Amino acid sequence: MSERKPGKSSQTRLGGLVALIVLAAVFLIPVYVMVVASLKPPSQADAIYMWQLPESVDFSGVSQAWDELGPNFKNSLTVVIPAVVLSSVIGALNGFVFAKLPFRGSNVVFAALLLGMFIPYQVVLIPIVRFLQYLDLYGTYTGLIMVHVIYGVPITMLIFRNYYSQIPDEILEAAQVDGATPLQAFIRLMLPLSLPGFVVAGIFQFTNIWNDFIFGITVIPDPSKQPITVALNNLAGSLSIQWNAVMAGALIAALPTALVYLLLGKYFVRGLVAGSVK
Amino acid sequence: MATQVSTQSRRLARRASVDGRRSGFWARNGFRLVVLVPTIVLVGIFVYGFIAYTARVSVSQWQGLRVNLEPNDPLLETYSDMLQSPRFQADLRNITVFTVLFLGLAVVLGFVLAVLVHNSLRARGFFRGIFLFPYSLSFIVTGVVWRWIFTPSTGANLILERLGIDARPGWITDPTVIGDVSGALEAVVPGGEFVNAQLGIPLALIPIVIAASWQLAGFAMAIFLAGLATIPEELSEAASLDGAKSHQYYWHIALPYLRPMLVTALVILGHVSLKSFDLVVAMSGRGPGFATDVPGIYVFEQMFRSLSFNTGAAASMVMLLLVSIVIVPYLYRGYIGSKA
Repeated sequence: MSERKPGKSSQTRLGGLVALIVLAAVFLIPVYVMVVASLKPPSQADAIYMWQLPESVDFSGVSQAWDELGPNFKNSLTVVIPAVVLSSVIGALNGFVFAKLPFRGSNVVFAALLLGMFIPYQVVLIPIVRFLQYLDLYGTYTGLIMVHVIYGVPITMLIFRNYYSQIPDEILEAAQVDGATPLQAFIRLMLPLSLPGFVVAGIFQFTNIWNDFIFGITVIPDPSKQPITVALNNLAGSLSIQWNAVMAGALIAALPTALVYLLLGKYFVRGLVAGSVK
Repeated sequence: MATQVSTQSRRLARRASVDGRRSGFWARNGFRLVVLVPTIVLVGIFVYGFIAYTARVSVSQWQGLRVNLEPNDPLLETYSDMLQSPRFQADLRNITVFTVLFLGLAVVLGFVLAVLVHNSLRARGFFRGIFLFPYSLSFIVTGVVWRWIFTPSTGANLILERLGIDARPGWITDPTVIGDVSGALEAVVPGGEFVNAQLGIPLALIPIVIAASWQLAGFAMAIFLAGLATIPEELSEAASLDGAKSHQYYWHIALPYLRPMLVTALVILGHVSLKSFDLVVAMSGRGPGFATDVPGIYVFEQMFRSLSFNTGAAASMVMLLLVSIVIVPYLYRGYIGSKA
């Protein structure tokens, strides 16, 4: 940071810090509600005790929520892991072609593919269901994985194209002089350099697919096979579940992406910026 | 047998690569084709093919379980019926009001957070981490938690009560629409009596605007922070030598410099807002008198509850149109129009 920022008296600095602390506290309110409710005993399980601290730490809400959502947590993992790996690999190959082997009209093709990540998915739901029914994949994890991979490729392709664009062309030119084919160049030269790209794309896709609701609820009608976001929404609407267990359920559904964010936040930000700015 | 095939294919592969070295054609285009063709075919079918199918459903007679793609007569009847229905009119009103309020709050808040974090000498990473954290959550989690903060019997109203404030807003249960202009609109626009919903600001949308801004202001902040980091030192130094106050600096120098980031934040958040679905489902559903209903929910209910597949398809085409108005110029300028 430069020493001489305009108008930066120690007073405004202090004011800025106070504002940051106040805003951070406000931002943490929903987190407080979720975490504190999860730890409350049954006597404080109702929402009217929302702001109270737990009288004693009690995990009955968490265990009730886990009984309800545990199977769906596993369903989500079953779908997310293969979908993340496949869409990242396909995105890497396509991103490499667009970054290093551009052709006439490749910008138009790229933009046309990219549009796929912005469409409202409502506009493809009927054909998705019919198509998967035709393939006998409706209601299956394979069908849901396939949908996530195909609609995930535009974003991973964008992340990798941006990533590979930063790698100097000279590396590839040297490989070409040595007579390597593009596939050899990709495997020998690009892949070893691609780890950060895979981390960024992987985190981005993990977050997107874990948090997906609309594909999960559309492709999988059987509640016992649905992903956790759909199950959490059902749980929140059920009257037979105590409020603190619903909050614990929200916490459980939030935990994987929250952990990835806390542990790998730097890459998370990079993917977010790469995914939106050219 | 297997080894035979593999040695043979290896030999073929070697020959191909030798040929490639000579002609350069297969080596270059072969790889491109093998990578791109499957992607283009699959994304082509799943995006463009499926949109075309939905467009066809939207002008068909398909209602009920049996598929019926017979064209409607008149062809656009589903669209005209839908656009006249009070519910869909309320949806269009809601998504417009929601998008304007949400963009205002999230982008302004994002900018303020970015400036504060950028200038903080202490714990920048810590604060940035807190403000961006909600972005990593699903809209369902956000909706489930905020729904209870804005349920009248608990949450925010408990705090108002503690502060001794008498008002007990209905929040997400309040059906009030303020500033209804439908009467004025019908008087001004010729052929007037087409407005079947109150055209104003539904108060029940405000809690949803707050929840959405909580989740996404950090995104705007991250975009602005990336921009602030690229402002050359000389600019701020020159401003400081001229004796510019810091708000003058941000208004006259930093903000114009951040215009591309502002456009990005508006376009990305704007299109997310137009697609609103899960957050509203988890927080309030269609709301009292459709006060929080949005096209995303309408599509889903028409398709999978009422089995009015043509109406659902027509509404989803309207959503696509709205999103395209925002996204297509952005993609065109970013990837096709510019030489870069």
